[in-house]
Amino acid sequence: MSDEIGTKIRDILAEHGRLAKDISTLSDDADLYQAGMTSHASVNLMLALEGAFDIEFPDSMLRRSVFESISAIRTAVTGLTAPR
Amino acid sequence: MSGADIHVIVGIDLVQISQVASSLHKLGDAYVTRIFTPAEIAYCSSNPIVAPSRFAARFAAKEATLKALRLNDQGLDLRAIEVKQMPGGWSEIELHGAARDLAEAAGWLSCSVSISHEGDYATAVVAATARKPLGSQPKPTPAQ
Repeated sequence: MSDEIGTKIRDILAEHGRLAKDISTLSDDADLYQAGMTSHASVNLMLALEGAFDIEFPDSMLRRSVFESISAIRTAVTGLTAPR
Repeated sequence: MSGADIHVIVGIDLVQISQVASSLHKLGDAYVTRIFTPAEIAYCSSNPIVAPSRFAARFAAKEATLKALRLNDQGLDLRAIEVKQMPGGWSEIELHGAARDLAEAAGWLSCSVSISHEGDYATAVVAATARKPLGSQPKPTPAQ
């Protein structure tokens, strides 16, 4: 993982994810909802990601699976920041 | 349509008001305008003391509606689910755009919401009536 993006995602998760576990103990594929992230926290996470990466999640991406793991978030962020 | 052709679908959600207050503080307009409609923002913001409770209750209502819609990982703008404050004091759900389309596809005939907040928590329950899908009716037992 590159890991400026990964580090940034983990920092944002630590601040907005409201996880019941320390983010450093979670693998990239760990289920964030199982780690305590609520639906409200996932919306906060989405907004914080938008601000940090200067992106906007389209409606089609406002779904549970996009935010369920660090890997999934990285895929989404990478796709939205890729040059068109 | 008989009563046997209709079923009731329920969704519920619980939100911590202090978390919403924190989001309002940290994320400000980005948080409010991305989740709530202009009418919801106007109503909730009209009393700064209870604004976090009102926003939290409306967020709970939107999430409760999503649960009642039984979405299978489908994306939806939360502003397409609007909580309308009625003059009598109760609330109603108004669906727009994609949310309305999903409700129609699910056979929804009506939906009702009840919201409440106390202490640090806000909650909402949404109940919808819907047509049962074709083929979901139990077959009558043949006469013996």
